[in-house]
Amino acid sequence: MEYDPKHTSTVVLKPFSQSHGVGVARSVSVDLNNDASLLIDIPDALCERDKVKFTVHTKTTLSSFQKPDFSVPRQHEDFIWLHDALVETEDYAGLIIPPAPPKPDFESPREKMHKLGEGEATMTKEEYTKMKQELEAEYLAVFKKTVQVHEVFLQRLSSHPILSKDRNFQIFLEYDQDLSVRRKNAKETFGSFFKNMVKSADEVIISGIKEVDDFFEQEKTFLLDYSSKIKDSTARAEKMTRSHKNVADDYIHISATLNSLSVDDNTALKKFTNVEGRVASDEELKLTELLRYYMLDIQAAKDLLYRRARALADYENSNKALDKARLKSKDITQAEEHQQQCLQKFDKLSESGKRELTSFKGRRVVAFRKNLIEMAELEIKHAKNNMALLQGCIELLKSN
Amino acid sequence: MAASSRRNPPPLPGAENQDPLSEMADEDSDEGEDIFVGNSNPVAEAFQPDTANGEEPADLFSEAETSTAANSYITNSKSNGVHSDNENDLFAEVSVELSMENPSTTAKSSGAEFTPSLTLSATQPESMEQLEEEKDEDSFDMEVAVTNPEKIGDGMNAYMAYKVSTRTTLPMFRNRTFSVWRRFSDFLGLYEKLSVKHSLNGCIIPPPPEKSVVGMTKVKVGKDDSSSADFVERRRAALERYLQRVVCHPSLLQDPDVREFLERDELPRAVGTHTLSGAGFLKMINRASDAVSKMTIKISDSDAWFDNKLQEVESEELQLRKLHAVVDSLVNHRKELCGNTAVFAKSMAMLGNSEDNTALSRALSQLAEVEDKMETLHQEQAASDFFILAELLADYIRLLGAVRGCFEQRMKTWQRWQEAQSTLQKKREVEAKLLWANKPDKLQQAKEEITEWEGKVTQYERDFDRISVTVRKEFLRFEKEKSNDFKSQIVKYLESLLQSQQRHVKFWEAFLPEAKAIA
Repeated sequence: MEYDPKHTSTVVLKPFSQSHGVGVARSVSVDLNNDASLLIDIPDALCERDKVKFTVHTKTTLSSFQKPDFSVPRQHEDFIWLHDALVETEDYAGLIIPPAPPKPDFESPREKMHKLGEGEATMTKEEYTKMKQELEAEYLAVFKKTVQVHEVFLQRLSSHPILSKDRNFQIFLEYDQDLSVRRKNAKETFGSFFKNMVKSADEVIISGIKEVDDFFEQEKTFLLDYSSKIKDSTARAEKMTRSHKNVADDYIHISATLNSLSVDDNTALKKFTNVEGRVASDEELKLTELLRYYMLDIQAAKDLLYRRARALADYENSNKALDKARLKSKDITQAEEHQQQCLQKFDKLSESGKRELTSFKGRRVVAFRKNLIEMAELEIKHAKNNMALLQGCIELLKSN
Repeated sequence: MAASSRRNPPPLPGAENQDPLSEMADEDSDEGEDIFVGNSNPVAEAFQPDTANGEEPADLFSEAETSTAANSYITNSKSNGVHSDNENDLFAEVSVELSMENPSTTAKSSGAEFTPSLTLSATQPESMEQLEEEKDEDSFDMEVAVTNPEKIGDGMNAYMAYKVSTRTTLPMFRNRTFSVWRRFSDFLGLYEKLSVKHSLNGCIIPPPPEKSVVGMTKVKVGKDDSSSADFVERRRAALERYLQRVVCHPSLLQDPDVREFLERDELPRAVGTHTLSGAGFLKMINRASDAVSKMTIKISDSDAWFDNKLQEVESEELQLRKLHAVVDSLVNHRKELCGNTAVFAKSMAMLGNSEDNTALSRALSQLAEVEDKMETLHQEQAASDFFILAELLADYIRLLGAVRGCFEQRMKTWQRWQEAQSTLQKKREVEAKLLWANKPDKLQQAKEEITEWEGKVTQYERDFDRISVTVRKEFLRFEKEKSNDFKSQIVKYLESLLQSQQRHVKFWEAFLPEAKAIA
């Protein structure tokens, strides 16, 4: 089927508030088609111990599915399986496979919960409740984040003209039994680990290959550079938001202690701590998550380049093999066939690669724009809130 | 001897405070015999002469004594070197202040109520509360500031000199505005002098800022970085606060040492303030022995007020320490946030550079700039966190220590009294034995000793009463000052937060159109 750029969706991170709830409008970017033939969302998720169970809900008008509306429970490992299956499909070598969602990480709130439990004896009841509330909010935030990230992954697949038709994808959405049989067993996981190692070694070699196409040459340079920068930025943004959270936490302790000293009225200070905490988490969501997501996405784009370069290398090797065969006058047809195959593959990769990369650029720009605007607006809103709170508190104190 | 802890003057004619009298009567459970509960004696004599010569006050509010005593107080107090009974007298100070303030204050005083008269007859403050208010109003006719830290000398003998400027309308000073140069050990010396004179009375003497060998050494060595600048600034601010507290205290202000400190050009070098001196060691030993004795004394105090307050003080000190630790951590975290934001800003700028979409690239660079500005904001906020909150807490932790010291003094006085009583008892027993044994010459000696000790017992008892009065009064004043201090500092802090949020808004609003312009 013709590749129609109009069908590309620009999937962006949804605003915090909208990520939950059934039937909430998707905040996708402007150039999305209104194709409602396959709509996926994660309306619900349960957290049990270590595992998160997502409820993947599909609404479709496509006849390839058995039912028009259905839900299945899925675990994080199922998503990884799907991703790896797609990556390993030869046919998709020319496509940017959306990056796999990162594993749900409850480490940080869990550690805090532990510390809180230990320190319970030394805190006042009020401080303890407050800290516990904060902790629960943090848990919730991590939770929402992971749901969002998994959802986005599926939505990118569903809006990709080629990937949405993938058989594995369909199984993922529909199969109402446990997918674990199809998931990698330990040996295979181990194997993929090695594959990644080999790949990075190859990457070094590949980047040395002479590029024939200007477009790809440019892209390669850009992506390599950008990738390292964005990795750096992501790390820094993480650190920054973490400091911000620490400051917010400190305010909680302060207001609790002030309370027990019963120094005047400090409900405002308490509210202030709430707002500070929320600033930190919003900041994290918009900025840090944006950066993190694109860091992964860029990695996926790089993977595409890698695959193409690999194909180029194969092609060049096949050329050499053909020359050798011609010299030896042996297996010429075989070599010719092989060479043709390689050339075809390479061409296909180059073509789809070009498309994907161009759309990727557009997507990235739009996503950044959206998130930066939202972050700026949230910062302004929070700061104004803070101002109102503080003013009220000051007036109250002065009038006392 | 009734009314050991406070005296209720009869209310002014037409005054509105019958209530405060009665509520105060309730506080003190043992004061059932207080002569003046609900007594509306129309003659407005308000203070009792705790006579300066050791006589028992016969009638607390006798008129005759009052007027003469008033005059004598006024003259006495001017030469205020003696920590006389005057100091502890509840109303002597007020009267002193009134007479001194009245000629000079115009706006500040609760003007209408005072008629400048030496007899002080119709203008007495009635209740404790009003007493406090008035003290507040007329005690601020003086401002001190500590500024311009300068390094004098070089190497290990160098020191920082601070300019102490005073602006006042009080007549006891020679000029209206003047300034002198002082060094840190001068401040410590002042504290030592005041301590020696006043702490035995149960006054709460504001403690000076702490010595810091490390900090000073850095300054001496001439390390010219931000940490030593910070240290000097911190010390300067602390010295200023210290001095302000001293001059706020009505009885300390009268002390000639304070005046000398503020006025005199060259101050003799304070000895005994160096940590490693002989005096320093002596102090340490005293402090250790004090700690031991503190553990063993327990007053069987019929007045539960002191017990309660001491407990309050102790628990408050704990809370403040806790709070101080948290505020410290806040300061540190904010400094961390500062650093991280700066680093992030740089990496954003680099990302913006490598971005090939021009609009996005520009937006990212703008974001980097905004984050840079945020960093400055955070830094300023950290400074205000520290200087406003943390230092306030540190000051009060030290002050609470001084308050505790006050209470301890009172305990010591009590102990002295008890010991005198038991000695007297023993002497009496000796006398009884001698009577039995019939030795007339030794008997005479015994009788003399008994009289001596009886006198001592009376004296010590009176001392104890007096110190109890002072401690109570001081404590109330301290509480009031503390609550005002805290309130004003917190308001200041919140205002600084408010300001920073305003700039926050401004920066992000400037960034928003850039973000919107991405295409």
